[in-house]
Amino acid sequence: MRINRINKKTPPTDPTVSNFSEIDKLLAEYKGRKGTVIPILQGVQEILGYLPPRVFQKIADNTGIPVSDLYGVATFYAQFRLHPVGKLMIKVCHGTACHVQNASAVSSAIEEALGVKDGETTSDGLFTLESVACLGCCSLAPVMMIGNDTYGKLTGAEAVKIIKEIRQKEMSTTSDPVNNK
Amino acid sequence: MQNTKIIVGLGSCGIAAGAGKTYQKIETLIAEGNLDVKLGKTSCVGMCYREPLVEIHDASGVYLYGDIDESRVPEIIEKHILEQKPVKEYLVKTDLFPTPDDSFLKDQVKITLRNCGMIDPEQIEEYEAHGGYQAVKKIAAEKLTSADIIKTVLESGIRGRGGGGFPTGLKWKFAAGYSSPEKYIICNADEGDPGAFMDRSVLEGDPHTVLEGMIIGGYAIGASDGVIYCRAEYPLAIKRLNIALNQAREKGYLGTDACGIKDFNFDIHIKEGAGAFVCGEETALIASVEGRRGMPRKRPPFPAQSGLWNKPTNINNVETFAGIPWIILNGAEAFANFGTEKSKGTKVFALAGKVKRSGLVEVPMGMTIRDVIFNLGGGIKDDKKFKAVQMGGPSGGCIPEYLADTVVDYDSVTATGAIMGSGGMVVMDETTCMVDVAKFFLDFTCKESCGKCTFCRIGTKRMLEILERITNGEGKPSDLDELIDLAQQIKDNTLCGLGQTAPNPVLTTLRYFRDEYEAHINQHKCPAKVCKNLLTYTVNESKCTGCTVCARNCPVNAIDGERKKAHTIRQDACIKCGLCFTKCKFDAIEMS
Repeated sequence: MRINRINKKTPPTDPTVSNFSEIDKLLAEYKGRKGTVIPILQGVQEILGYLPPRVFQKIADNTGIPVSDLYGVATFYAQFRLHPVGKLMIKVCHGTACHVQNASAVSSAIEEALGVKDGETTSDGLFTLESVACLGCCSLAPVMMIGNDTYGKLTGAEAVKIIKEIRQKEMSTTSDPVNNK
Repeated sequence: MQNTKIIVGLGSCGIAAGAGKTYQKIETLIAEGNLDVKLGKTSCVGMCYREPLVEIHDASGVYLYGDIDESRVPEIIEKHILEQKPVKEYLVKTDLFPTPDDSFLKDQVKITLRNCGMIDPEQIEEYEAHGGYQAVKKIAAEKLTSADIIKTVLESGIRGRGGGGFPTGLKWKFAAGYSSPEKYIICNADEGDPGAFMDRSVLEGDPHTVLEGMIIGGYAIGASDGVIYCRAEYPLAIKRLNIALNQAREKGYLGTDACGIKDFNFDIHIKEGAGAFVCGEETALIASVEGRRGMPRKRPPFPAQSGLWNKPTNINNVETFAGIPWIILNGAEAFANFGTEKSKGTKVFALAGKVKRSGLVEVPMGMTIRDVIFNLGGGIKDDKKFKAVQMGGPSGGCIPEYLADTVVDYDSVTATGAIMGSGGMVVMDETTCMVDVAKFFLDFTCKESCGKCTFCRIGTKRMLEILERITNGEGKPSDLDELIDLAQQIKDNTLCGLGQTAPNPVLTTLRYFRDEYEAHINQHKCPAKVCKNLLTYTVNESKCTGCTVCARNCPVNAIDGERKKAHTIRQDACIKCGLCFTKCKFDAIEMS
């Protein structure tokens, strides 16, 4: 059931960022229009990387939609995140074509190499691992997507190798990989 | 070199395979060599298995090259463009001589995909040059009425391509029958089936045909507004749809007096989905467009009477809309000439899994499943044994090899216990465990259940628990009857298509592969050697050279042995990860 998506372990944190002015602009754009809850939440997540609690109250005050409704929508759809995520999302495809071509081996190899489980973020804040239903590149199965790049015809070892290369590149270009979007 | 044109296939699958880099490389080489060559873009022609694809048009003909990654570009430019010698090695298709890949395209009939891979989807002029927007012009010129169009669509026999298979003309007739100043037409582009990518390819490859189909539908039912509900996971499709919408507005196909039809004021907007499989269901989709949780509601009232914002609404799938302009232009009869008695026209399938040529195919209804897999798909990967094909995704089922001569039409596929569905066709071979496949789909529907109906919410969970038990080797003989009982209750007591069809993957695998379930339960064996907990890894002492690779790679140090002597695996410590099996160069690790 979709309610399982609510992560009970850690309470949502509030952002230290203060770019609420962008959110004000977004809310002004949708003011007075109907059916805008999902685009507003998508827009906020685009700005902040996730949906912190303070934002729910802000949207509620602005639109008159109760926080409970907003929270209901945010927890229903897989796209919305209530927690900050790493700089790069590793999306491992678990569609049918990938599943029958051993996508679970790819996932478990990554889990082992990064020391995180599905949905978790590495301690350096660089990667968040996520299983997704289908990326639609079935001919390249098994597939994963890191950031905007897709990698196909993987094995567990190859996936880990790609991730290690990306980590090395990130380490050399920035001293502080922790960056909320 | 004059009049030479190079076209790169830049669909999502092509880009994933590296077509973006191929394009850039060609661009650079053209600039560096100051070559008199035009460079163009198109989308997916369906041959995903040979991506990245590059097509060269020159004075001698048209040549389609496959597997052209960045590194092969210089060779192609050098030989084909500069020396005018086609590189046979990478050639996929040309009209000048036959190639092994011809059989992929030979038996296809392209109506929905007629422009995919042929035109640049970001140029409205290219669509117009290929007969685009001629159908709406015909409607305007011949002053066709709503009733005329609905009659043509009814006579064509086209049925909903999203999975339901409800006659499209009938649906339009119902929606047209309710009068209201506000009326909506929605395109369902929330393609959520794992293993299906037909709609994505159409939206990326030919967005204007979907718009034209919607304009025709909008005119036929008297709609005031159109909405495309598209998965947010398809960023390229959304980008190209937005470009197409702006172009169509500029050219007057949308807006006030759209297409030059007086008093037909019609525009289309995109709503991005946020990731919920259940939103493929009509009433859930409407709830989502309205900004609520995407939960289905009871019908009646059907959307035709009371849908989006409680106004009459008609919903069709991407593929259905994409076929409409062709039907209006070529007539109902031309469409109905293809197909079987009750399923007219063609159907697009996404061929994937253990098949040699995976990709997108469009075939006339009535072709056998075997022909699709073996003639078009080229057979099973690594020449393994064909076991089953999964059709219809989480709502469908597995059709076994001995029923592969079933023809593809709505009724024949339904008779097997699977469904036509939106068109995913995932091929499975002897190394696929059918109990594991059933568990995979149940896991999916269980996670995606919206939670409204008790039987779907809890029933799928209970079924999943039983399947997990069986694949862990803890199944009981009574489990199979319990699965069937639960399945029936879920089917009978849920509101929407997701719940009603959720048990199908279990029911079909139980019907055709009961022996596999029984092997798991009674002998604690997984015949396909997939279910981890039922496997044991042992060292074949006669083959083991004592190279120590397995022992060094074992993550739990469960392998003992001295150098140059046969190793052994301690079964109590083994976590069955299979790493030793893949690492051993001497095939000394055996799995049973």
